[in-house]
Amino acid sequence: MLKDQDRIFTNLYGMHDRSLNGAKKRGHWDNTAGLIADGRDNIIQKMKDSGLRGRGGAGFPTGLKWSFMPKESDGRPAYLVINADESEPATCKDREIMRHDPHTLIEGALIASFAMNAHASYIYIRGEYIREREALQAAIDECYEAGMLGANAAGSGWDFDLYLTHGAGAYICGEETALLESLEGRKGMPRMKPPFPAGAGLYGCPTTVNNVESIAVVPTILRRGPDWFSSFGRPNNAGTKLFAITGHVNTPCVFEEEMSMSVRELIEKHGGGVRGGWDNLKALIPGGASCPVLRADQLDDAIMDFDWMRENKSSFGTGCMIVMDQSTDIIKAVWRLSKFFKHESCGQCTPCREGTGWMMRVMERLVTGNASVEEIDMLFDVTKQVEGHTICALGDAAAWPIQGLIRNFRDEIEERIKGQAIAAE
Amino acid sequence: MLRRLYHEQPESFAFTPANQEWAEAQIRKYPEGRQASAVIPLLWRAQEQEGWLSKPAIEGVAEMLDLAYIRVLEVATFYFMFQLQPVGSVAHIQVCGTTSCMICGAEDLMAVCKDKIAPEAHQLSGDGKFSWEEVECLGSCSNAPMAQIGKDYYEDLTTESFGKILDDLAAGNVPVPGPQNGRYASEPKDNLTSLTEYEKDKMPDNASVALAKEIGDTIKRIDGTEVPLVTPWIKAETDPDAAPTPDPVPTSGPVPADHARPEEPVPTEDAPVSDEAANEPDGANEMPEDLPDDVPGDLPTEPESGDAKDEDLLAGIDESEPQTLSAPRDGAEPDDLKLINGVGPKLEEMLNELGFYHFDQIAAWSMNEIAWVDNRLKFKGRILRDDWVAQAEALAADKNGA
Repeated sequence: MLKDQDRIFTNLYGMHDRSLNGAKKRGHWDNTAGLIADGRDNIIQKMKDSGLRGRGGAGFPTGLKWSFMPKESDGRPAYLVINADESEPATCKDREIMRHDPHTLIEGALIASFAMNAHASYIYIRGEYIREREALQAAIDECYEAGMLGANAAGSGWDFDLYLTHGAGAYICGEETALLESLEGRKGMPRMKPPFPAGAGLYGCPTTVNNVESIAVVPTILRRGPDWFSSFGRPNNAGTKLFAITGHVNTPCVFEEEMSMSVRELIEKHGGGVRGGWDNLKALIPGGASCPVLRADQLDDAIMDFDWMRENKSSFGTGCMIVMDQSTDIIKAVWRLSKFFKHESCGQCTPCREGTGWMMRVMERLVTGNASVEEIDMLFDVTKQVEGHTICALGDAAAWPIQGLIRNFRDEIEERIKGQAIAAE
Repeated sequence: MLRRLYHEQPESFAFTPANQEWAEAQIRKYPEGRQASAVIPLLWRAQEQEGWLSKPAIEGVAEMLDLAYIRVLEVATFYFMFQLQPVGSVAHIQVCGTTSCMICGAEDLMAVCKDKIAPEAHQLSGDGKFSWEEVECLGSCSNAPMAQIGKDYYEDLTTESFGKILDDLAAGNVPVPGPQNGRYASEPKDNLTSLTEYEKDKMPDNASVALAKEIGDTIKRIDGTEVPLVTPWIKAETDPDAAPTPDPVPTSGPVPADHARPEEPVPTEDAPVSDEAANEPDGANEMPEDLPDDVPGDLPTEPESGDAKDEDLLAGIDESEPQTLSAPRDGAEPDDLKLINGVGPKLEEMLNELGFYHFDQIAAWSMNEIAWVDNRLKFKGRILRDDWVAQAEALAADKNGA
């Protein structure tokens, strides 16, 4: 288990002083100018060496992503856009950074922007996080006041402005190009790629979109060295990470832990164990709504990282899990996710717009058992027709939980259909 | 989902003076010509002020941002936080119903709403004080089940504690938000597994609860006077001497308003589906993206445009306030300032507000006075670019001749 001195987010619960002074006492904003003086190439190389993979769900290596930004400006400004549109069901980790440890994010934004040749950065926070927005804005104001932002930010010689703006309740704006559309004042409908944001993103300028946590860990990684960070977790899954445990555990919570711990240990150490004991576990959705559900018998030796989850046909996602005990109606739980995706489809691509509604309605009938067994295969087939046929990954995300359900709980679906058929006779 | 404007609309909408000031400041977070970026914050403030979003409010925001009404209407109907029908006069209750909350009892909370408020979502309660709806994941999943009331999250709810909150609100009180089961924030309850050293001396409330108590605006209709307006980004922009930019890239990264660049490509529905974008195996909120080996940098390089230079011309010049008028001169109609090339209805209105109604006033501006006016207009650099002074001189001469 991670020791407190190896934690990056030392004020995750907000119990310590949340102001700039408090953050400095905990070691943030320490010699930021020195970190920046290291130079663009060194910073990006260190981020690559640290093995940090994007914390927003897709897990793309952060340093590599930064290196796609143009080295020289062609006259257009560059932007860092921070994705704080935390809307993936079960995901509630960035919220704790923004309201309780905001200086990690602000310092990270400055360093990352410097590394990408950006003098301006926008944080796009979900609209519902109103107090989080106020807390973060207060921290930003404090930094301007103290010279950590603005001209010659933190004495680094780099001019840097950080703007906070917000959305209004659209999950799709967590997709990076939809976020850019929204930030430009339009409906959040994803853009075709290419061009990729690093070539033409916000206002047609080179842009990198990073998750809050990916940016907030940057200063500590640079300060303590990439080797320190990569010493946690298995290779290719490096680092410490914020996790959340939600659902049927004794103490649901958000916490920072090292990567590649066993799922069981995480749940028992931090979550206080599954309600009614480990044997009462029925299923787990490991990293947010779009990750396929796993059965309890797969979870005894499960490792919480990118590779294990991929090998076992699920996904690490955001690292925020939903634990479901034996009392759960698993079909209904997944139906609710289908309803979510149907609600959040932006309507741009036909397979997703029509498919999410269609899948939800079939799922609805599976919940009551008012269906025929053949329809299970038909539903699976339709999820395959939605998956991969849309501009963004929302279509895929809507398909995966249903595929996971059919793969792992087919017996339960069939049983319910048969039970309903008998009851009807 | 089909979302339409409400069948009964108020006559008009206006921001309160403090909200107006707040809104104008928000617009300046974005580069010149990108005012549209402020559309969501402005619509949201309109809703915070009125409780819901009316047609006049949407029109008002469109006008402030120089956007076509349809552009703002489509934003208002796309984003679900915008309430397009009246809500309860005291509070609109939003219960999270997505999976984490559902398996922790959100349906029971909605039963409480049906019982105490109205049988259907978005219906007003009998006394008009409350309305409710089920919303999708609010991102407080380790504190499930939960509901948002006004600006605040009420977390770790039970049917009892939730019912009591609704009763309290009905009685005119505002219950303290945050976890309702004695928890501080999102830590494991009664069993802190990390960061234990701060537990003893912790502040009384987590950040969200502290702000709610301090500002006291959980269910208030926001008029802009709740907190002082702080705008560090404006200070940085209007004080060029204090921010010497060594780099040729402007500090706030503006794309000049009249840049010749066409709009950046926007995906269209009939565009071919990218196979690449579709085959990503792994993904969640920040959805999978495929980055190619070489990122195309194929947009044409833009030459410096003229207005950027005009702005530079004004950069070192001190302001001096020109003579202004509080109304058109006695007995005279205001001149049609739109006859000046580069002045549209919006700019004319702004000029009138600043106290300029006649061509000869503009014709008389000195460089210092141009700097003063330029700093007060939304579209910087236009005065010099389009040479308003010479134009106004000619127009004034025409008028006198006529």
